[in-house]
Amino acid sequence: MSTVRKQDIILAGVGGQGILSIAFVVDNAALKEGLNVKQAEVHGMAQRGGAVQSHLRLSSSRIWSDLIPRGGADMILSVEPLEALRYLDYLKPKGRIVTSSNPFVNIPDYPDKEAILAKIREIPGSVIVDAEKLAKEAGASRAQNTVMLGAASKHLIVHESHLKDYIRVLFEKRGERILEANLKAFELGREAGE
Amino acid sequence: MSKEILLGDEAVALGAVQAGLTAAYSYPGTPASEIMEYLIRANGKIGHYRAAWSVNEKTAFEEALGTSYAGGRALVSFKHVGLNVAADPFMSAALLGINGGFAFVSADDPSMHSSQNEQDSRFYAQFALIPCFEPADHQEAYDCAREAYDLSERLNVPVMIRLTTRISHSRAGVETRPVREKNALKSGTRECWTLLPHLARGRNKRLQELQPELVKISEESPFNKLELNPANKSFGVIASGIAYNYVLENLEDVPAASRPSILKIGAYPIPEGLVRRLFDHVDTVLIAEEGAPLIEQAIRGLFGVPGKKVLGRLSGELPRAGELSPETVRPALGLSPLERRGLPDKLSGRPPQLCIGCPHTDTLKAMKEAMSGTQGGAVFSDIGCYTLGWFPPHNAIDTCVCMGASVGMAKGASEAGLHPAIAVIGDSTFGHSGMTPLRAAAEYDANMTLVILDNCTTAMTGGQHTFATGPRLLAIVEGLGVPKAHIRVITPLPKHHAENVKIFREEIDHKGISVIVAVRECLEEAKRKNKGGAQ
Repeated sequence: MSTVRKQDIILAGVGGQGILSIAFVVDNAALKEGLNVKQAEVHGMAQRGGAVQSHLRLSSSRIWSDLIPRGGADMILSVEPLEALRYLDYLKPKGRIVTSSNPFVNIPDYPDKEAILAKIREIPGSVIVDAEKLAKEAGASRAQNTVMLGAASKHLIVHESHLKDYIRVLFEKRGERILEANLKAFELGREAGE
Repeated sequence: MSKEILLGDEAVALGAVQAGLTAAYSYPGTPASEIMEYLIRANGKIGHYRAAWSVNEKTAFEEALGTSYAGGRALVSFKHVGLNVAADPFMSAALLGINGGFAFVSADDPSMHSSQNEQDSRFYAQFALIPCFEPADHQEAYDCAREAYDLSERLNVPVMIRLTTRISHSRAGVETRPVREKNALKSGTRECWTLLPHLARGRNKRLQELQPELVKISEESPFNKLELNPANKSFGVIASGIAYNYVLENLEDVPAASRPSILKIGAYPIPEGLVRRLFDHVDTVLIAEEGAPLIEQAIRGLFGVPGKKVLGRLSGELPRAGELSPETVRPALGLSPLERRGLPDKLSGRPPQLCIGCPHTDTLKAMKEAMSGTQGGAVFSDIGCYTLGWFPPHNAIDTCVCMGASVGMAKGASEAGLHPAIAVIGDSTFGHSGMTPLRAAAEYDANMTLVILDNCTTAMTGGQHTFATGPRLLAIVEGLGVPKAHIRVITPLPKHHAENVKIFREEIDHKGISVIVAVRECLEEAKRKNKGGAQ
């Protein structure tokens, strides 16, 4: 009997934080491993500094819906802690959150950071990473998305080396320094996510 | 055969190119913009064709009609409300003797993620009596472009492809087909392309007479598929477009014997014979469709189906408006909801907002300050990033209706006695449909001030070409009859704030038409141009 290899991931963040770059890397790594992929994105008005999310579905069998059902996600992977909570009702009872601890404050009523993190810690197996610090350490403060991809990589069904292959594809056109910083960001995230 | 991962929008575009596309025209609008963006980006790599942004959807549609007249295959694409703008050529195009294949994409935005309304384009196809495809997945999105051209050339009618946000903006693998040659140049026949009343009546008769054939084609279309379950005679489902996926998603764990019979609809007119066969087989039918209840209304009619139960958006089993989702469809199928975690009680919203340092912020701030001494005025706004000026802390605009509405509304309000009457519009929207109302406002010297935010791009949809920017924009405004003394150019930067407020005050006080053009490049556009070292 063949078992279905599948994973449903909600990617979350604020417009401009680069969640579609994470999606690109995971998608292509999955395709390379022969998996089917569907990935729903948000374009247009909401991208202007608003809450954005992407539904990323990987499966060895046919994927029907472009959207993950509420209650169906294996993981919420977020570049921002408040945004991780926004999609909590998508998570399976046994699903986990992998999120950055760094608030992106562009609204007047941003809640207390500790209260958000406490709520996230209630979800068993959740991973909280200081992506801002690690991205700086890697040499590219904007690479928080890549840090988070690294932090999630242990829990993804696609292989680490394939993720790195597509980080290379994504960043090699931006120059050696940016590429190296992102590979480092991935490694630091991976260590921190353990 | 190769498999490519594409956005739904891109799948249609690639399908059109590989089916022998001659030319494509479009105006940006979410969720359709990525069709033309892809065509422009990939020109020369996936084929050679003409692909260009148009001034608006109406001109795009007409340019494509010219392509078809000349024998070429044409693709027009826009968002659903763009079809309102193109409705004039669209409705009459149905009467023409389409020559080269004519396909157009109307991308609907149910739930209004980036739109002012959620109209369902399928009603337009039904209204014009033309065929329509509604792909359920990316492969169908790719395939339906070729189907559309074949049908269009065989029956000489335009064909609609209806997309919705979730397919336009999701990515999945697509298997491509061998590339087909373009058509040779060959003009249409003048009797079929000149809608003089005596000719149009004949064309209309021909369109009416074509309808039974269209239904027959629909019944045999691979996009429509009836799967009867002999073991289940009680419950059936009709699912169209992307709603089909939500139904199948939920049925994955349902044992085969108890699954409902399913009619998938992806090609219109409604395949009557297939619907009849489903109703003959079961007692209760759920109709799941993304958008408005078009199929449900047609089947239910005024009096319902005797002896049968019809469930859907009209009966309350599915929400009356807004997009569907796997979880809204689930209970309608009689399945219990998936177990899920509750959301925190209070979660601060994060609406979209103007970028930090956006030129619009400075313009709106100066305008607000200049208006602060006045009473009873209003700011009529338009479609673009600046519509976000509605939110705090700006609170700068009072209306947003449709492309170009700001100019005409300010004129109308000023003529009703409202002062100050200010219109705010971006350069691309002004080019799209602000020029014509400004001509009238200038002719009648309406006591209003038009603010044109010239950020040198079509910003909200991602930085597409704009037709009315820079010195050209000023020349257009002057050419439309606005006195030169009342065309004022400002640079919206904090250091010019006091000076800009003064200019706003002077033009608000001026009794007659005035135009203030605020010129500063969009920050995102500047970033795109300078992209290199930065991530």
